Amino acid sequence: MTTFNKYFDELRETKVWRSVFRGGTGKSTLRNSMAIQQNVFLHLLSTKVRKRMLEFNATWYLGTLTLGTFGILVITGILLMLYYHPSVPQAYADTKDLQFVVSSGQFLRNLHRWSAHAMVFLVFAHMFRVFYRGAYRPPREFNWVIGVVLLLVTLLLSYTGYLLPWDQLAFWAITVGSNIASAVPLMGDKVRFLMLGGHFVNANALLRFYVLHCMILPLAALFFVAIHFWRIRKDGGLYARHSEPDVVMTTAPARPPL
Amino acid sequence: MSTPDSKDFVARVGSDQRKSPVRVAFVTRRTSAQVKAHDESIVQSFPEVLFRAAIAVQVLACILVLISLFFNAPLEGLADASHTPNPAKAPWYFLGLQELLHYFPPVVAGVLVPTLVVLALIVIPYFNINIEAEGLFAKDRDKRLKIFWAVSIAFCIFLIIFDVIVALVPTVITVALMALAATTPANSPSAFRRSLAAKPLSFWIMSWFLFELVVLTAVGTLFRGPGWSWVWPWSGPGGVK
Repeated sequence: MTTFNKYFDELRETKVWRSVFRGGTGKSTLRNSMAIQQNVFLHLLSTKVRKRMLEFNATWYLGTLTLGTFGILVITGILLMLYYHPSVPQAYADTKDLQFVVSSGQFLRNLHRWSAHAMVFLVFAHMFRVFYRGAYRPPREFNWVIGVVLLLVTLLLSYTGYLLPWDQLAFWAITVGSNIASAVPLMGDKVRFLMLGGHFVNANALLRFYVLHCMILPLAALFFVAIHFWRIRKDGGLYARHSEPDVVMTTAPARPPL
Repeated sequence: MSTPDSKDFVARVGSDQRKSPVRVAFVTRRTSAQVKAHDESIVQSFPEVLFRAAIAVQVLACILVLISLFFNAPLEGLADASHTPNPAKAPWYFLGLQELLHYFPPVVAGVLVPTLVVLALIVIPYFNINIEAEGLFAKDRDKRLKIFWAVSIAFCIFLIIFDVIVALVPTVITVALMALAATTPANSPSAFRRSLAAKPLSFWIMSWFLFELVVLTAVGTLFRGPGWSWVWPWSGPGGVK
């Protein structure tokens, strides 16, 4: 192990490695900070965290786990896309092929499906956990709003994915859901037409849901997740009870006379 | 704070910044410096946080892989617009709404309720009453009790008129707990009752919402069969899909 570490440290000293990773080498606090700060993805995070916020009880890691399910869903989703045509009735045949022809196709679909359910559940759990901790309080109020947007994006992602296997379960679940859209006052039928690309769930609806599911909604999710993480840092890190005043003044106190 | 008349401190030079801070602050009359009760120990995100997050995600991935190995995702017959399954169910996270659709017109259950829920969630952090987090009945007790009973009874009557027993049960239980909180004296021996009495309005509304969400979703998922009639999950096919 020490030999491995030695070679790894040497690798990190090389010119090429240092040209790729700006953080540099070494184990100092400065270097550890730079590993976060100098990385385009990680700089969204704080460089330092209160130690007790790392305990399982502080957050139950629900936000992290939600992001984890999203990662699993992106990977399995891309692999599933390789075998799937969003057309009627080919979509159903492709789903059947995943089950019986494609190597590990059934496993891939299972993992995608169960991870999707897990993500919806975890997003709800995360929201209630944040609420009961009071972590929505100023200055974190806008991050809570971003979280509500992410909840909606997650529900839409799951809902649009529900239609893609084009089986009876999918077809009628989306029919039930899209009938609700037509109840919107004044423009209900127009909303439903826009959603389905027709007056009932058909091939156009499948294509629209496919584009939403594989392109538009994942990009929206990434966009808001990035803001969500960045705001954690900007709003002073994870909310830690007792480290901050319980009652935060929302209006600035009167300026004292000098 | 005012300047002490006689010196009650010793001026010296030290290298420990925690013991002898070099910052100078002017403390004027109406504000006071915030005193931290204790120093927080802080860790670096790299590697501590990232590694823990990675382990958490790996544990989750292992669990999901195990589930995926043993349980297959459902796949029914080819979509057929001429053959409606009975019951036709939405995905589980919408079954609470579908349950409400059974009682209320679509414009209420399908549009009004979800819109109000989303708006209510968004505005939570923008109301001072949610920030202050004070016991609901701690101030203005009599006035608040009157409002509480009026709203609770009106809402229960509304649910009874529309025959929404499924939503009535969680409401009545929540109202009972709130009434218990309202009648708890400050020196109550029961820690549970004292903690109930300290809960703010936002806690009660959110907990009621969570309670309704769980009950309605569970009923829609497990207890609804053909024609949206009540079935027991153990009574055979027609229940769970």
